Amino acid sequence: MIALDNIHKSYVTGNNSLHVLKGIGLEIKGGEFVSIMGPSGSGKSTLLNILGMLDNYDEGSYYLAGNLIRNMSEKRAAQLRNELVGFVFQSFNLISFKNALENVALPLYYKGVSRKKRNLMAMEYLERLGLKEWAGHMPNELSGGQKQRVAIARALISKPKVILADEPTGALDSHTSYEVMELLREINREGITLIIVTHEHDIAAMTSKIIRLKDGMIHEIIHNGNLQEFRYRYTKQLETV
Amino acid sequence: MFDLDLWKEILSALKKNRLRSFMTAFGVFWGIFMLIIMSGAGRALENGVMDGIRAFATNSAFFWTEPTSTPYKGFQRGRQWIYNNTDIAYLRANVKEIEYLSPRLFGWRQRSGDNTIRGEKTGAFNIYGDYPDYFKIDPWTPLKGRLLNEIDVLHGRKVCVIGERVAETMFNKEEDPIGEYLKVAGVYFKVVGVVHPETRINIGGGRKEETIMIPFTTMQKAYNYGDQIHFFSVTSQPGTPVSQLEEKLKTVLKERHKIAPDDRQAVGSFNIEVEWKKYNRLFLGIQVLTWIVGIGTLLAGVIGVSNIMLVIIKERTQEIGIQRAIGATPSKVILHIVAESVFLTVVAGYIGLALGVGLLELLNVALENGGDEIFFRRPEVSFKMAVAALNVLVVSGIIAGLIPAKRAVSIKPIDAIRDEGI
Repeated sequence: MIALDNIHKSYVTGNNSLHVLKGIGLEIKGGEFVSIMGPSGSGKSTLLNILGMLDNYDEGSYYLAGNLIRNMSEKRAAQLRNELVGFVFQSFNLISFKNALENVALPLYYKGVSRKKRNLMAMEYLERLGLKEWAGHMPNELSGGQKQRVAIARALISKPKVILADEPTGALDSHTSYEVMELLREINREGITLIIVTHEHDIAAMTSKIIRLKDGMIHEIIHNGNLQEFRYRYTKQLETV
Repeated sequence: MFDLDLWKEILSALKKNRLRSFMTAFGVFWGIFMLIIMSGAGRALENGVMDGIRAFATNSAFFWTEPTSTPYKGFQRGRQWIYNNTDIAYLRANVKEIEYLSPRLFGWRQRSGDNTIRGEKTGAFNIYGDYPDYFKIDPWTPLKGRLLNEIDVLHGRKVCVIGERVAETMFNKEEDPIGEYLKVAGVYFKVVGVVHPETRINIGGGRKEETIMIPFTTMQKAYNYGDQIHFFSVTSQPGTPVSQLEEKLKTVLKERHKIAPDDRQAVGSFNIEVEWKKYNRLFLGIQVLTWIVGIGTLLAGVIGVSNIMLVIIKERTQEIGIQRAIGATPSKVILHIVAESVFLTVVAGYIGLALGVGLLELLNVALENGGDEIFFRRPEVSFKMAVAALNVLVVSGIIAGLIPAKRAVSIKPIDAIRDEGI
């Protein structure tokens, strides 16, 4: 599904060049549930943006569902994003003057789906996420968990192959966080590849594969079978602190 | 294609910033409103003035006499002189460029006090002796009866045509003036016509409606003017500029009356062609000025729209970023912004256009009740101009939207999403 090879990325501001990603090689198969972890500044958000075609990279190659993502026009990138990728953001990023239903239906609008059909589909997805009664509410009338569920519905509606989530639980309390994670796992079980960026170990522990970044490189990859060991090491780290 | 979502989006975005949308729209509204009002007012002035002279023969010139200004052939300067019948006969026979020639006598001696009497009614009117050709130069329409004709002049008939005001003053409403007699300065004349002036150019002063015109020959005999002529009008043959004829006639007249060829004062004349050109240039100038000021005002409005769009885009950077993250193509984003800007300018401009035209229409109604004397008539804007103004609006709306739209899509979606709206 996703194949990264030797990805480099620098941010240039004035005369300073910040080398963020220093050769990332990574393969994620279809249907995997992956979390990206790492201290701040390790390049996890940058990686996610490159994966989501929101940002370009300087060196290397990136294949998404068989398409080489490189130097493509904004228009093509927008189409691919619409077809292949769903986004979930830490700050939900719902459009404030559209109600829940309209927010969920928006990706279909850009796909050119008729109004009636996309509203019907949007309602279906809201119902699946238990938000049917909230369809007509504006984002500021929803709780954080509800907002994130609306955002997830919006990410799901275009039937993407991959869902990218940037700190999806970052703005939620732990109870709601677990609810959202449960929801994401359910979605993953339906065969959609899920990649989340998080710094919370308990959230990462619910995924099947953890990619730890450090200074723009992959520090280690932990598979679910080794999670016990990971948890042990994690507690040890805490003890030393 | 009517895209409901596009319009919903535009309206909600504009509604979110009600006051600002309004102020911006007001700039455009005011621009187009002023353009329409100024252009309409300019046109009204033109109509008012041009209506008064349009029917007048544009190839006409007028001659009168002034005291000489230089001594010549034994005559002192300051000599009073006057045209006579032989001048007219000579000009008619020898100057081929003349189309119509119409001598006139001003009844100055007959003008004191109430000079017209009919039974118990009296009135003070201007009396002129005219040839029928006069009506071809300065047209009058007979409301009742007829104009003067060649036979009246030939036989020195004691007939007259009278202006509307004369008929109103000297006759009761139910009376028909035709065939009735008026005693004008001691002489009885039979009324053969009641006439209405077509132009507001007035030779001899006073109100044109208060005129009594009698045959020229009758006037000379009845009031002892001998063979004098006070004034004459000519028109040039087609193909001859009247200015050229004017110069030629002046030369001929100076020679006949022993006036120095370089005397610029003695032969008084006036040439409609020159005046006509002056008027046309004046009104062209007014229209050009109107457009310059109007377009300037409009431009200020459009710049306002562009400015406001920039601010809106800045505020909505994050939203645009989200839209692009979930699949909005750059062209779609540009379309949204441009449509918003065009919508704002066109709606505001259309309201300005409608109100402007409406106000002109109101003014028109008010002016129409004002009568003939007002030099301000039919304020109007041409359909062509309205369409041109609307085109300018749409184009400027597109430009006003395109600049911020280009900026909006030049920001990477990821930067846009991170933008905290600061």
